[in-house]
Formats: sequence, structure tokens, C-alpha cells
Amino acid sequence: MEFDISMPKCWRRETKGHKFCPGCGHGLVLKALGLAIDELQIQDRVVFGCDIGCSLLAYDFFNVDTMQTHHGRTTPVITGIKRARPDRIGIAYMGDGGGYAIGSQHLVNAAARNERITAILVNNTVYGMTGGQMAPTTLPGMKTETSPYGREISQTGYPTQGPEMVAAITREGAYVARGTVGKLSQLKNMIKKALETQIAGTGFSFVEALSTCPTNWSTNAKDTWSFLEDEMTKYFKVGELKVPAKEE
Amino acid sequence: MAEKPIQGEKRVFMTGNEVVAWGALAAQADIMYGYPITPQNEIMHYWSRLAPKHGKKFLQTEDEISAGFTTIGGTIIGARAFTGTSGPGNTLMQEPMSMAEMYRVPAVFIIQQRGGPSTATVIYSQQEVTLTTFGGNGEGYRIVYSTATHQELFDYTIKAFNTAWKHRFPTFVLADGYQAKMREPLTIYDPEAKGIEMVPTVPTLGKEGVPGVDRPPVHMTNTRNTEEELYEVVKGLQAAYEEMWPEVEEHEAVECEDAEIIIVCHGVVTRSARVAVSQLREAGIKAGYFRPITLRPFPVEPMKQSIKGAKQLLMVESAQGQLARLVKDSIYGSTIPIEPMFRPGIGISSEEIVEKVQSLIK
Amino acid sequence: MAKLVKIALAGEGGQGVQSVAGILVDAAYDEGKEALYIPNFGVEQRGGVSIAFCQISDERIGAPKFEKADIVIALSDRAVRRCAQYAGPETVFLYDASITGIEDDLPGPPVKVLGIPALKVAKDELHPRVFNVVILGATIKATGVMTLDQVKKALEKKLGYKFEQNPELRELNYKALERGAELIGAVL
Repeated sequence: MEFDISMPKCWRRETKGHKFCPGCGHGLVLKALGLAIDELQIQDRVVFGCDIGCSLLAYDFFNVDTMQTHHGRTTPVITGIKRARPDRIGIAYMGDGGGYAIGSQHLVNAAARNERITAILVNNTVYGMTGGQMAPTTLPGMKTETSPYGREISQTGYPTQGPEMVAAITREGAYVARGTVGKLSQLKNMIKKALETQIAGTGFSFVEALSTCPTNWSTNAKDTWSFLEDEMTKYFKVGELKVPAKEE
Repeated sequence: MAEKPIQGEKRVFMTGNEVVAWGALAAQADIMYGYPITPQNEIMHYWSRLAPKHGKKFLQTEDEISAGFTTIGGTIIGARAFTGTSGPGNTLMQEPMSMAEMYRVPAVFIIQQRGGPSTATVIYSQQEVTLTTFGGNGEGYRIVYSTATHQELFDYTIKAFNTAWKHRFPTFVLADGYQAKMREPLTIYDPEAKGIEMVPTVPTLGKEGVPGVDRPPVHMTNTRNTEEELYEVVKGLQAAYEEMWPEVEEHEAVECEDAEIIIVCHGVVTRSARVAVSQLREAGIKAGYFRPITLRPFPVEPMKQSIKGAKQLLMVESAQGQLARLVKDSIYGSTIPIEPMFRPGIGISSEEIVEKVQSLIK
Repeated sequence: MAKLVKIALAGEGGQGVQSVAGILVDAAYDEGKEALYIPNFGVEQRGGVSIAFCQISDERIGAPKFEKADIVIALSDRAVRRCAQYAGPETVFLYDASITGIEDDLPGPPVKVLGIPALKVAKDELHPRVFNVVILGATIKATGVMTLDQVKKALEKKLGYKFEQNPELRELNYKALERGAELIGAVL
């Protein structure tokens, strides 16, 4: 039972072990989220939405009411929920494809409208579920199934820097950060602050989590970790981009 | 509890879009989500003016995809939620509509048809019948009311919420640009004053208690791993759809009993058929009309009964046979000849119908 | 009046065609009649001819648009050209007598085509701004669906707050209504 103790309280024991591939970072992001929910004691108020892509495998992850939506559409579903029931805490959980490609208009407009929801976006630089295609976040020169000779920046542009974009279009009161599964305690604190921002009602909250995909990266444990820690963080700077001013 | 928006009943003279807003208000809708597109805009205009006065909400979204999905979000958390759209917006909204079918989300959609394909006109058509009844990747598990008058627009807007929440299928009020923009008299009312009880809404997500402690968590997924699993799900939806079918289907059959020629139409064209039938009867021609009010589920048996004595059917619609496809599928086996009168994207007058019938019986 | 009266009113944007139509059907509705009004709308409404389709009856009204009108009122050259299609054998086709260059575009017999000097009357005798009220008076008289008093009530409803501030405005509007009716009386 020792392993069980390390699980966040709001995790659903019956659905563990989880469905993600070995070495996948989703479980870590969801652990950080679970710990944040526990610390804030909001399990009864959270409504969790997960996107299509690997994030859909989180649909039964928590002892929290959950709706799996369509690819890119978790942001509007959670927005609709929050608008109708502002006393609920809405979390939209998605991948980089869902947030920065097919659902980018929803992310941009939810941020611009300062929707009082929390979006958590897992950036692992590839489309995982569909089999390793180039994502908006694929690094320059990186090989994927649809960039087999390496991502050609002159043809496909630079990787999307999501938190920077969201920070640029939100106003004071919003919370925007980029964390990594490599620093779990920091990631948990970021997610917690994001949820606190929503509870305080000051603005939109957004956390991008750098994550791992050894299945589609075709990496062993060591290379997986070094890609996350060394390669990804060079391009995607970890830290807080926007923090609501503390009330005196 | 705020004061009722309509006390008892009241005779009014307004546009169809205004009628929809009042209908939704009378039905105690909580929130509308929407995106601008002509000829649906004034539903939002009136709703966004009325809403704050009655403790209701409105959200203008970034597009129709979002309008559809936010409506689903609102509905799933237990609000009486609706949206409205038209034409290319209806096309975009098929994605959330399809999700509403799979999850049986009782969301309400108002469709004001405009011309198609593509941008076409913002004026009028009946070209969104196929899209509204069977759009999306699936089997068309929807309820679609096609209205003809402002009175019906009001009645069926209220009814749509009740049908949706009772049977838990996404429910549509299908009108058109003419109905949206024209003004005519009708009686608006407080449903309760007419003995209509609003079916209570219940949240699917976000009920009281700690999930996993006080109650099991609600985990909604529409993803299936095997063909067989999906087959079971779809068959389940099919069975539920067939079960509510007889209760929900509606039609209007006028002067069909002894009619030799029966005009088949729906929506606003019914108005022309009504005038045409009365003029043809005056001229001694045995004409009648049959009109499905629910295009989904289609009133199959009532239609078969209504037309059985007829020598000819005249299919009249402002589309190239979209209603005709529903009809032919429903009356399969009938040998009554069908004469098409298809006018895609254009209004149809009673004069034209009378002329056509006269040419047919010569 | 069991008969259905179909009216097509057309003019340039700013001539007040839609507000005339609005007052007309309001008056009919207030009198307990069935009334249906649909404006043409579409891309054309920006800078195009503005048309109002009105129907007034004692019985339920059919389709919102119609093939042939009982009365067509065209207030510009483009409106004359656009509305020729709504003129049938039974139609009374009214146009403002000041419109030029449309001689070949007016519908021929058996359509009853009548020019009325509404714009001239408004300008010379009243005020250019009440041109549309002159047209309203003419329309009422031509259709015979309502009395001028009934329409005055509708005008009062719509413009009453302005009349309160400036009673002369009421006089001006009533006069315009009456003059419009007289113009029709003179030609029909």
C-alpha cells in the first residue's frame, strides 16, 4: 500500500494503473493536478474536461466529474459549463494539437474574453494518439511522421510558444505559466495558482506542461529525459509569465 | 424568483427572431450561446436585451463550433441552454450536434435556413433539411420541428425544450429567413397559464456531493475501442430513438381524406399550400396537403394513411428534393406517382402551386 | 373587407419605405386585422432598392412574399424598374411623378399606372421630411384597407413622444397623410 499513499486523494484508484504508455508524462501532469485539487479541497466542485488525443485517456482518471469532448473543443465545453454554473471549477485538459492547432481559436478567444476557467495544455512536441505527426510544438529539425526529414522551419514555421501568446492577449488578473514534468513540485504549484486564480475570479488561467512521449520520440529513458530537460527547455522557457497582483 | 416575463397571454405583432427570443424566455431558458450569422442575428439581439432583465445569460462565442460546444457545456451542467444559427454556421455546428447525439445532450438549436450551398443568400431557403436532420457523422438521432407560422415558432420553441429534456435528444426548431424576418401577429403566453409544465432540467455533471465518496463520479466518454462496443452503443441509441418516435412525431393532414392530389410540403411553404388547397377546392378540385411537422422523427405511418387514396403527390419545397428524399424513404412501396416542384433557395407562392396542380389534372 | 390586399412599397434607402410599411401594418394589426410584413433583405440592402412586402387581410395570410401586388408604390427610378415584376392585370402601379427617365420601364396596360406628385407636394406645401407620410396617406387611400383615423392612431403610437414636444409636428404629419390621400383621390 506504500505506492497507494503517494497517489493524490482525488485520483480514482479503480482506474489505476493508468492507460498511458510507459514513460509518458501525462501521468505526472495529472499527479500535479491531483495534488493541487487535494490541497485546495475542491474535488466536489471541479468539472474536468479532456480533449481528444492522448488526453482523452484521462476521462476516468479522477474521482471528479469528467467529460471527454472532441479534438480542440474542451475549452468551449468548459467555458459553457462555467458560464452556466460559475460556482463550479472548470478545468480544460488538452494536448498541444488540441490547444494550438485545431482548437487555437477557442484558446485565443477564451483567453481574450478572460474566461474564468483553467486550461492545462500538455506539450510533448508531437501528435501522440494519431501516431507521431508533426505538432505545432515540434522543434526545428525534429523528425516526425509528417516531417520525416526533420521539421523545415522555412516551410512550416517555428514552434508555437503558447504561454507567450496567451500572456500577450490576457490582461492583469490572468495567470500564465509554463512548467515541466521534470520539476513536478513547481508544476503542481503553478497548477494550484492557476486554480486559485479561477477561484478568485480575476481572470483566465493557463499552464503549459512540458511532457514526454518516448513512444513517438523513439527514445530510451535516458534520451527521453535529456530531450525534455535539455532540448525542449532551450526553446520553451519554464517559468511564470503572468501572475495576478497580490491583494493587499 | 423573478417576475414571469409574460403574464397570462398577450397578442403581439413581431418578427420571428423576436418570437424565438420570447419563446425561449417563456420556456425559462437560462442561457443562450451564439455567433452572428444572418438571418438568425436578431434572436441574439432580442435575447441579449431581455436576458439581464430576467436573470438570464448570453455569451457571444468566437464561432459556431464554439457556440455549439458551449451550449452543450451549459446543458450538461443542468442549464436550459440554446443556440441559433443558419447556413454555413449550421454546417460548422454539425460537430457539436453530433456530440449531443452521442451523449444525448438535451440542447436546443434554432435554425433559420438561408440559401446554399456555401455563402449563397442570407434570405431564405429550405436547403438545410438534410443537414439539420442527418448532418454529422452518425445516424441523425435528433428531433427536428419545422414551423410554418409565428404562432408555431413560439409554441415549438417552448416545446423543443420540453421534448429535449424529456427524451434527451438534441432538439431543433427549423425555420427560415422569411420566418426570421417577417412580422405577423401571434399570441405569446406563459406556458403555465396554458397548462404546459416545463420539464425540469437536471445536471449530468456537477451534482452535489464528493465524487467517489458520496457518489460515483460521472465519467463521460464517447470513444469506443472496438466495433462491437460501438455497435452496442448505436443500437442502444437507435432503440431509445424508436421508443420515443410515436410520442414525438407530428404532422398536419388537411383535406386528404378524399383528395385526388396531395401536396406534400413542410415549413413556411405550408402557408402557400393551405391557400392553394382552399382555392383548388373552391374550383372543385379535390386537393389536400400533408405536412410533416417533425422532419425527424418522420411521421411515417400518418403519412402512409393520409395519402393512400390519392392519385398523385405533388412535392413542393424550396430545395432540390431534400424533403422528397425523406418522404420517399418513408413511403417506400407506395406506387402513387410523385410530381416534383423543387425551387431551391426561392419562395413558393400559392399561385404557383395552384397553377401547377391545374396543369397536372388537365 | 374579406379580401386580401397585397402591397409592394419600394424606394431608395433613406426614403422611409420600411418605416411606412411598419406603420401601415401596425395600424392594421391594431385594428385586429391579420397583417404580414417582410422587408427584402440581403446583401442588396446595402445601397440597393429597398422593398417592403405587406399583406393585410381579415383572414390568415399565406406565403410572406407574392407574385403580383394589388398596389405597387415605387419611389425611385430603380424602384420602378425593380417592381415592374410585381405588376399584374389587377395591379395599381403608383410612382412619384418627379421620377424621370422611366417612361419605357413602366408596366403597360392592363396595369393601371398612375404618377402622383408626392415629392412635389411634400417639398412645396409641407416639408421634405414628411414625404414618406404623404406616401403613407396615398397607400392607405389606394388600398382602402383602413381609414386615415386608424393610421393616425398608429402614427401617434410611433411618434407620439415627438408630437408631445412639438405639436406642430403632429399637424404637419396629419396634413401630409391627408394630402397623400387626396393625391390618390384625384387620380383614381
